[in-house]
Amino acid sequence: MHELLTRVAEAEGSGAMTAYIKHHLVHWTLKVGDGAFWAIHLDSVFFKALLAALFLFVFIRVARRSTSGVPGKLQCAVEMIVEFVDGLVKETFHGKSKLIAPLAITIFCLVWLMNFMDMVPVDLIPGAWMKAHELAGHDPHHAYMRVVSTADLNTTLGMALCVFLLIQYTGIKHKGVGGFFKEFFTAPFGPAGAPANLLLRLIEEAVRPVSLSLRLFGNMYAGELIFILIAVMTLGASLASASFWALAPVQLIAGFAWTVFHILVITLQAFIFMMLTIVYLSMSAEHH
Amino acid sequence: MNINLTLVIQGIAFFATAWLVMKFGWPHIIAAIEERQKKIAEGLAAAEEGKRALASASEKQDQVIREARGEAAGIRDRAEKEYAAIVDKAKGDAIAEGNRQKAIAVAEIETEAHRAREALSKQVAELAVKGAERLVRKEIDAAAHKQLLDDLIAEIAK
Repeated sequence: MHELLTRVAEAEGSGAMTAYIKHHLVHWTLKVGDGAFWAIHLDSVFFKALLAALFLFVFIRVARRSTSGVPGKLQCAVEMIVEFVDGLVKETFHGKSKLIAPLAITIFCLVWLMNFMDMVPVDLIPGAWMKAHELAGHDPHHAYMRVVSTADLNTTLGMALCVFLLIQYTGIKHKGVGGFFKEFFTAPFGPAGAPANLLLRLIEEAVRPVSLSLRLFGNMYAGELIFILIAVMTLGASLASASFWALAPVQLIAGFAWTVFHILVITLQAFIFMMLTIVYLSMSAEHH
Repeated sequence: MNINLTLVIQGIAFFATAWLVMKFGWPHIIAAIEERQKKIAEGLAAAEEGKRALASASEKQDQVIREARGEAAGIRDRAEKEYAAIVDKAKGDAIAEGNRQKAIAVAEIETEAHRAREALSKQVAELAVKGAERLVRKEIDAAAHKQLLDDLIAEIAK
């Protein structure tokens, strides 16, 4: 496959391929000020907001109409996920918290939906976006669009930092301010090892959001990249060229196989993000 | 991969979503589920209760049938006994009546026979007197020979 790719690259000129991949990896960005920080990835924000709205619409609608009698099919489906998440939370988190279960189901559904955008054919929405730009009289080469919000580190890190703050909040709430800060110096080695405790605690706290966000981001970014690479196989090929007829079946099979495998990945990643959040929150609520 | 303001926006959007779910979604659904679970539990308990009631009712039914059977058997026994008694009594009555009738008949027959014998002996006495008259050719004085005649009659009547 690699050889084939190389051959295609040679045939088409690697410039076009590189440009295609690069174009796919640039966000639709809005500059709001000077400096690299003052920019907003409108595509990530838009798709996350859209999917969150979809999720909220369905979930809250079902919640408002929920009946304790015979449930409808949609209510059954929602209740299935709710009971699944509720069971996980009850198993893991022994304290009482009104926040943790709704937070967990939000993470699971929202992350899954954002991941699922990877299943949409990789050129469909960006292609349409470019076409729209062209029709509007703009340069389509500057029309950037990335549909998988979780393949943007900003999204995953933003969520992970939210979880991080909630971990601290839960810790303070369950142990009180004094107990919470005392634990920085006393666990796990006891008061004698206060500096080591503090260092260990700070590393632990810092690592959590980083690992949480990078795991999801890395998986989704890699997944998206592989879809792009599969799409590249027949990039710019004409029906007359032999390489098209050689690569088109390979592309079809590879695309299908990766999509099927990716269903597992997106679900697993959503589950891991949710599960780790529950575990972190329950750990912060427990006394050491 | 550059970190920028998107991070903050995505974080806030995520938190807002979770908050909305916590406020308007989750409690309703959990409440509905829990209420349904309670209903189902109650339904199952009621079913169990019903089963128990059915079992006790059928046991009671069995007992009633058993009792009724015992009573019926008792009634039958009594009836049979009574029947036998009636039959016996009727038999006895019939025999007694028969005997009585027979005794009456026998007595009647005897009376008849006695009367007939008396009549016969009277006739025999008369015949004997007539025969004796003819034998002695002379009229016997009935009054004079009454003793003799009576003896004779008694002898014949014997």
